[in-house]
Amino acid sequence: MTQDCPVCGADITNNGLMMNELVPCPECGSDLEVIELTPLKLDKAPEEKEDWGE
Amino acid sequence: MELALAYSVIRLDEKMLIEAAGRLDVKLTLVRMEDVSAQAGERPVGADAVLDRGISQFRSFYFLKLAEDSGIFTMNPSEVVRVCGDKFLTTSALIRNGIPTPRTSMALSPDAAVREMERIGYPCVIKPVVGSWGRLLAKVNDREAAEAILEHKDVLGGYPHSAIYIQEYVDKPGRDIRAFVVGNETICAIYRTSEHWITNTARGGKATACPVTLELNELCLRTAKAVGGDLVAIDLFETEKGLSVNEVNHTMEFKNSVQPTGVDIPGRIISHFIEKARC
Repeated sequence: MTQDCPVCGADITNNGLMMNELVPCPECGSDLEVIELTPLKLDKAPEEKEDWGE
Repeated sequence: MELALAYSVIRLDEKMLIEAAGRLDVKLTLVRMEDVSAQAGERPVGADAVLDRGISQFRSFYFLKLAEDSGIFTMNPSEVVRVCGDKFLTTSALIRNGIPTPRTSMALSPDAAVREMERIGYPCVIKPVVGSWGRLLAKVNDREAAEAILEHKDVLGGYPHSAIYIQEYVDKPGRDIRAFVVGNETICAIYRTSEHWITNTARGGKATACPVTLELNELCLRTAKAVGGDLVAIDLFETEKGLSVNEVNHTMEFKNSVQPTGVDIPGRIISHFIEKARC
């Protein structure tokens, strides 16, 4: 199952992806988030916030 | 007993924890914090115990408070997030417990900050009280740089930037140490090596195994106790006077540390969480 990268259109294959998993696009490097599994749907990952981290 | 992992996004660290739970035959319910709402005092989730893996400190804190107030076991608890999520509260906890840490000041206006930096001497470091991954750290080499950075903070920063955290600059030997505490043990540690003064692996620092000496283990356990955390990652400097604790992280990121240390960090975290949740 594949889905186009919403930034560059590259094919991204679902190799055991999970809901809300962050995935880098192998072509353009954009950070993406899995927002649906069946069918696979990706969106741009949320932008880093000031309180994000460890 | 229902066990949950609370998250906002699934990074490699969270995926490794979920896979570790699978290997240990532990069922973990996944709870996305953004889906949670609850009346104060009522259970925000059905689980009996929650492992916090939130990426947002602010969101984690309130989620954990909701959970704790309704009797759910949390790891780490909200108080650990509050203390470790604020660099000055961390410093305060370290000093109260006699743990060596770089000399640190708090200044409450740009003018007061310049005066304090003149007193500490240059170079020194300004850090936001809330923040991770080396974001917005500034090494200040002279008064002119100090005034420029403080003006930027004053004009562009939000209200958290009105509390100005200033630390002496520690001349590291090109590396610092990150140690991982799980329960009553420092399970492993890495050196983070970089030519840049910021050594975070999120900023390109290279991770290699660091031996857990008696001194390192003892200091890390005292540090974990000082902040109240069962699961913490501690950043330390090697100085002429010995080890010095720089920061304590309450939602440890470990994906770059499993391979160099050979330690199953996610497995140890899940095992410890289950053990404590069942107590």
